[in-house]
Amino acid sequence: MSGVLVVMEQRNGAWNRMSFEALAAGQQLAAKLGTECSAAVLGSGIDSLASELASKKLTKVYAVQHDLLKTYTADGYVAALEQLLKQTSADYVLLPHTYQVRDFAPALATRFKQVLISDVIAIRHDSEGTTSPVFVRQLLQGKLNADYRHTATGPCFVSVQAGTFRAEAVEDGAAAIEAFAPQLSAEQIRSKPGEPFRESAQTVDLSAAPVIVSVGRGIGEQDNLGIVEELSKALGAELAASRPICDNGWLPMERQVGSSGQTVSPKLYLAIGISGAIQHLVGMKASKAVIAINKDENAPIFEVADYGVVGDLFEIVPELTKAVQAAKA
Amino acid sequence: MKIVVAIKQVPERDAPIHIASNGKWIEDGDLNYTINEPDAYALEEALQLKEKTGTGEVVVVSAGPERVQSTLREALAKGADRAIHVEAVDLSSRDTLGVAQVLADAIKAESPDLILTGLQSDDLGLGQTGVVLAELLGIPHATIIMQVEPVDGGLKVKRELEDGWFQHVEMPLPALLTIQSGGNKLRYATLMGIKKAKTKEMKTVTASPAAGTPAIALERVYLPEKQKKTEMLTGSPAEVATKIVEKLKFEVRVL
Ligand SMILES: Cc1cc2nc3c(=O)[nH]c(=O)nc-3n(C[C@H](O)[C@H](O)[C@H](O)COP(=O)(O)OP(=O)(O)OC[C@H]3O[C@@H](n4cnc5c(N)ncnc54)[C@H](O)[C@@H]3O)c2cc1C
Ligand SMILES: Nc1ncnc2c1ncn2[C@@H]1O[C@H](COP(=O)(O)O)[C@@H](O)[C@H]1O
Repeated sequence: MSGVLVVMEQRNGAWNRMSFEALAAGQQLAAKLGTECSAAVLGSGIDSLASELASKKLTKVYAVQHDLLKTYTADGYVAALEQLLKQTSADYVLLPHTYQVRDFAPALATRFKQVLISDVIAIRHDSEGTTSPVFVRQLLQGKLNADYRHTATGPCFVSVQAGTFRAEAVEDGAAAIEAFAPQLSAEQIRSKPGEPFRESAQTVDLSAAPVIVSVGRGIGEQDNLGIVEELSKALGAELAASRPICDNGWLPMERQVGSSGQTVSPKLYLAIGISGAIQHLVGMKASKAVIAINKDENAPIFEVADYGVVGDLFEIVPELTKAVQAAKA
Repeated sequence: MKIVVAIKQVPERDAPIHIASNGKWIEDGDLNYTINEPDAYALEEALQLKEKTGTGEVVVVSAGPERVQSTLREALAKGADRAIHVEAVDLSSRDTLGVAQVLADAIKAESPDLILTGLQSDDLGLGQTGVVLAELLGIPHATIIMQVEPVDGGLKVKRELEDGWFQHVEMPLPALLTIQSGGNKLRYATLMGIKKAKTKEMKTVTASPAAGTPAIALERVYLPEKQKKTEMLTGSPAEVATKIVEKLKFEVRVL
């Protein structure tokens, strides 16, 4: 086919919503390049998912089915997609930057002597006269952006970061479904995946909290948590945290915000000593208002903050607690 | 069990961000370097596995210029048995495949039972080198791993999924795992460990020159543009506090 191929993600017949962001990216890239966009879905018993895709503006929908693709394994996915890509020879392969894609896409690209351009936050077409797009990635935990270009011949593999493209932007249309049956054998699948499970019942529902005070590694030590707890109490807020705080056991896991924790959208998210790594931002970007207190003016949290304070949290937080208490009194 | 841990040396998290004159990286003249955070957890997991099984060897490998030896030395002080420095001054001009190849060359000779890497580097954030390395070596892998348990015929690992979910995965050895931060408590190097590290083997091997041209190229780096218009609140802590309270009352309306 040449053109753009988007690899969608599903588990047990349910889409990973990020797939539609990748689909939007694929459609837009194809339009810019004046080429066509197709999509692939892998699994077993996925006819209804393929039909759903067939209502999108795509040239083809590849329904890649095999019993051994029922549950995800890197070995199964790499082998199946390698075969599909050899047959379809897409110029660009777009994927959502999910945990699953991180698990198999680098190996898939390696099969083609290519390198995945991972976790892309924008696709630009700035240089006139050349068709090769620029892919923007973040470096240094979001403190720096970098422009990358694909310089080899062969398929260009790109994974797109959550929230970069809007799923609602996917254009409707009509596509032909093509069944693709990869050659797979049980010996090829070297790992045995178990069922997904959760560690403990969730007793705190941060997603309903109107005000969240969230604390990060800037707090330094567990013993210092008292000052944010007091602020949180003064505001009548729920206390939340970045991952390292929960990893250390300073606050329970269920108070973690981010891609491996909860997703929140309060009226106010007050980020204290949090740098704003993307895995944290995806969990709180939808907040109505964000206030960030951080001593580093380059901290990426300021990119999503409505109000920012560059300063020492140990000086500012106690003053803020006092001011809030006074305002409420 | 013979375990190889791939360790990357990266700039400290609070490194000053000044773009270098070639526009492709930050000025590195006076950067301080440290171990990539998840790699420290990979090392910890390896040391605990060795302690649990009572036998085996932990070999740490790092590719980069001479300065990476300090990070390797720290790993030795924490308890690794040997270190291999893959000397390469041109890593930034190699792509992931190129870097993984250099590591594969050095690790293959060791024929380890298990290879641990971090899940992603703090500086480049590719999240790929481990998976590519496994593919080059032709061994199975699992990513974003929190716990490792030796079982009959291989390993049982706990893999993190999105939104607070996990799954167990079983696999035969040899295998490669990319380790997530936070699964264990990190140990500190003891004085004794630091002393002992000086006598441990640190082998330097030279990376073979890059084969062919990279598949992707970094063209330039720049500071990100803000997604939102951030209003910066300035003044003394008390003044800032008053300003925030005003915003909370009249703009955000939560007071
Ligand atoms: C697969 C994966 C999943 C992840 N999932 C999550 C997740 O769900 N949630 C999550 O949060 N992270 C997650 N992470 C980790 C994430 O990448 C970051 O490492 C983490 O969010 C950093 O936490 P932090 O901002 O608290 O710490 P740091 O990045 O260390 O930032 C601390 C900040 O505090 C500031 N600071 C220090 N001292 C002070 C002071 N006195 N006053 C004011 N400011 C100060 C510093 O300037 C710095 O910006 C995940 C990572 C991966 C790879
Ligand atoms: N130069 C290097 N030397 C040793 N290990 C490395 C090197 N680069 C990457 N790695 C390993 O690969 C992991 C993932 O890195 P990356 O693909 O850059 O995100 C790191 O956590 C390290 O374990």
